[in-house]
Amino acid sequence: MARSRILNAAAGGLFLATAVVGEAAALDGKAVFAEKCASCHNITGPASTTFHGVLQRKAPDLFYAGSKFQREWLVRWLQSPSRIRPSGTMFLNHLVTEDGKDRIDEGAVKPCASRLSAAESEAVADYLMTHRDAKMRAGVVDRDKKFSTSRALQLFTKQYPCVGCHRVRVRDKETGGVSGPALTDASERLNPDWVYARIENPQYWDPKTWMPKIDLSHEKREILTLFLVSRK
Amino acid sequence: MNRLALSLGCIIAAAAVAMADGQTETVEDTYRLYCVQCHGTAGTGQGINQTAGGLAVSARDHTNSVEMSKLTDEEIRRAIAKGGDAVQKSELMPPWEGVLSAKEIGDLVALTRKLCKCVAAK
Repeated sequence: MARSRILNAAAGGLFLATAVVGEAAALDGKAVFAEKCASCHNITGPASTTFHGVLQRKAPDLFYAGSKFQREWLVRWLQSPSRIRPSGTMFLNHLVTEDGKDRIDEGAVKPCASRLSAAESEAVADYLMTHRDAKMRAGVVDRDKKFSTSRALQLFTKQYPCVGCHRVRVRDKETGGVSGPALTDASERLNPDWVYARIENPQYWDPKTWMPKIDLSHEKREILTLFLVSRK
Repeated sequence: MNRLALSLGCIIAAAAVAMADGQTETVEDTYRLYCVQCHGTAGTGQGINQTAGGLAVSARDHTNSVEMSKLTDEEIRRAIAKGGDAVQKSELMPPWEGVLSAKEIGDLVALTRKLCKCVAAK
């Protein structure tokens, strides 16, 4: 009796798994994206080259999403979007100034409103992963390479201004600014080679980003990347 | 005649490209895009990276005429171009010469003088 219940449950599970895979196979990621994502995200490129264009950006550009993200993270996030940028896609659109002090208008910063089903997320993640930057070098960073956390912290928080704009978690404590995306979950979210390329030339990806382009050695860029892609 | 028309055409085309490239952006736009995140909308050093992030060293208050009048224009230019480290100030001030042109940096120096309502130290 118990055995037949287990068998039934197993058969049910198998049926469910098959159904989900079947639905994913039937879904067209491009069509789902067009319906649920394209009104806010730029999937065709290029990035805006003007200040006023950047002010109008509603959500991050995704025309190089396949170079930037890890597929598994996309699949999870698309089903349950959370806020990554504490001050929104463009911080200037979410400011309140009182007595000469700026603060973030928290009510104006909302996570992505589209919530996809598991099957839709698989299909859209596949579609996004096809949008790769042709020039980005792959295999530059070996994420398993050993590095000194104290040296990375010295670079990130003392020698260079990274921590001024980006939040990270160090030994269970969050620190850092809010005008850039939080990097607290970078280990699961970002492709190490893209992090390296973004540090190397922020304006290549977004000509009007408010991230400075700083001349760093390969060794420093590599250690910053290894530090960031170990954040969780 | 044809040559004149061609020259005019080139000038108009060049102007159109310049506008499309965002050359019409003002120094206030430049300040908003790059400086306000730390120095704040009012230039008081109370941008969101200060008020919500908590910078280890506060961003400079560009409206403080006492402090700003101690600086030469060259010191301000150098701080913007080369970063805080180059003028014995905080490394949290990035070098912007990789992003901004010499003219844009010069315009920002002039804007800080407007914000402080003060003149440069000699």
